[in-house]
Amino acid sequence: MAEQFVGKASEFKDGDRQIVRIGEHEIGIFRHEGEFYAYSNFCLHQGGPACEGLTIARVEERLRPDKTSMGLHFTNDMNFVCPWHGYEYDMKTGEHVSNRKLKLRKYEVITKGNDVYVVA
Amino acid sequence: MDLISDRGRRVQVEELNTTKLLAHAAKQTRDRKFDDVLIVDVDAHHYENENFGEILPFMENEVLKQLALAARSKGGRGSVLPSVPGYQDMGGRVTRYPLRSSEKTDPSRLRDAQLGERWMDALGVDYSCLFPTGLLNVGLHPQKEMEFELCWAYNRWVTEVALPQTNGRMFTQLCLPFGDPEGTLRCVETFGHRKGVGGWMVTTVRPKMPVYDNAYMKTYRAIEERGQTLAFHSGPSWGDHTFQSCNRFISAHALGFSWYNILHLTNWVVNGMNERFPKLPVLWIEAGLAWIPFVMQRLDHEFMLRPSECPLLKRKPSEYMREMFYSSQPMEIQDMDALECTFRMIDAENSLLYASDYPHWDFDLPSTIWDLPFLNDRARHNILGGTAHKLFKLPPRNEAQKQNLIKYGNYVEC
Repeated sequence: MAEQFVGKASEFKDGDRQIVRIGEHEIGIFRHEGEFYAYSNFCLHQGGPACEGLTIARVEERLRPDKTSMGLHFTNDMNFVCPWHGYEYDMKTGEHVSNRKLKLRKYEVITKGNDVYVVA
Repeated sequence: MDLISDRGRRVQVEELNTTKLLAHAAKQTRDRKFDDVLIVDVDAHHYENENFGEILPFMENEVLKQLALAARSKGGRGSVLPSVPGYQDMGGRVTRYPLRSSEKTDPSRLRDAQLGERWMDALGVDYSCLFPTGLLNVGLHPQKEMEFELCWAYNRWVTEVALPQTNGRMFTQLCLPFGDPEGTLRCVETFGHRKGVGGWMVTTVRPKMPVYDNAYMKTYRAIEERGQTLAFHSGPSWGDHTFQSCNRFISAHALGFSWYNILHLTNWVVNGMNERFPKLPVLWIEAGLAWIPFVMQRLDHEFMLRPSECPLLKRKPSEYMREMFYSSQPMEIQDMDALECTFRMIDAENSLLYASDYPHWDFDLPSTIWDLPFLNDRARHNILGGTAHKLFKLPPRNEAQKQNLIKYGNYVEC
């Protein structure tokens, strides 16, 4: 297993991302709500750069108890979206939001002092 | 630059660079040795409205030209083409839409040609058929004379300005102003001999389109005699009364693209057009594939019960359908068994033509064909380019491509 330096934690602001390569691995590292998340940058659909697109809150449709719709709303859960076709992944799990069985490979992120590394 | 994310939040992204965006596609091209395979993309697009400043002056009628130019002038509040609502960019999620204007190109050469080369090289595409985007709605224009003028001007611009700047990498199936049958024939007779014209395209989003009308028979004959293709390019039309019950774009989009081709193909087959013009290659574009087995089964069933309504048919409708051509995109690839059945039913090895639809949001890479587990090598080569090579007479770009065309029985002198 190889460790790749990603950056200084103090310079890695919430909402930032980095793309690093370790051999054949291409990894997107996000910082979201203080935590680091790292996933394969190859979309499960057609291989697009899954981690290089928009980050956007998940959309939900809210229903009243009588099952009438209150319309579409953003939630507080964050997704990232493959810019090629819009495959949308859960920031915290790497799962496709419509089919949780589809899951990007997740990589371990470790911090040593102020240094952030990803392990592949 | 910034992209708008949720609730007005802004996300900073780099300017668009198509080569960088498609770096993973280029890796697929290298890994699969696509340079050795002739790949023809029969349906790709540009945004012709970005060139209206050059296109509209080609309009013939001075009064209509004045209306169009004034509508687009600074301060002009008119619109040249009918527009329909839609969210192709998925609220900015497909970033090449909002970032498109940020991509840098050499101002001394047609921007569309430069962008085309970037994505074609990344995908491993040797040739692409250049189709417009906004003009796909021209069939909704209430003035048939304006429909003719816009198609005429576009056809002149494509053949006189655009194609000569593409180093032979792009060809076209020009727009037919189908609302004007006489104008349609005039386009074929005027532009049919021009370099890069492989065939003709009818936009199928129209309030009424009788493909069987006697008014079109001269045009079909003229295209058949030239050995060119007739393509029907579908699209969505959320404003159509049929789709006004759809409250989400996904619904109108998923149904619309298939629906218009279902409608016009049915009329084409039932009226015996394949019998009338047996040497006319007909293409059905951008409707996906799943609809084809459905229509085959429906028409075959009713044909057995009501043969008196389609006496020109000597065989089942599905047999005629199997002899026409279909573009592959957007290929429904969710259920591999169903897809394999579809390929068998349409004789994909001989009837299917690879299409990317790039840069639109649901484009398909050549790997979507290449990686299908149920295809043999001949089918892969035929679908990606061999069949299109025969239809459009596009020469191989290197010796390896030529040898593969020969190996799989597709090679023709171009």
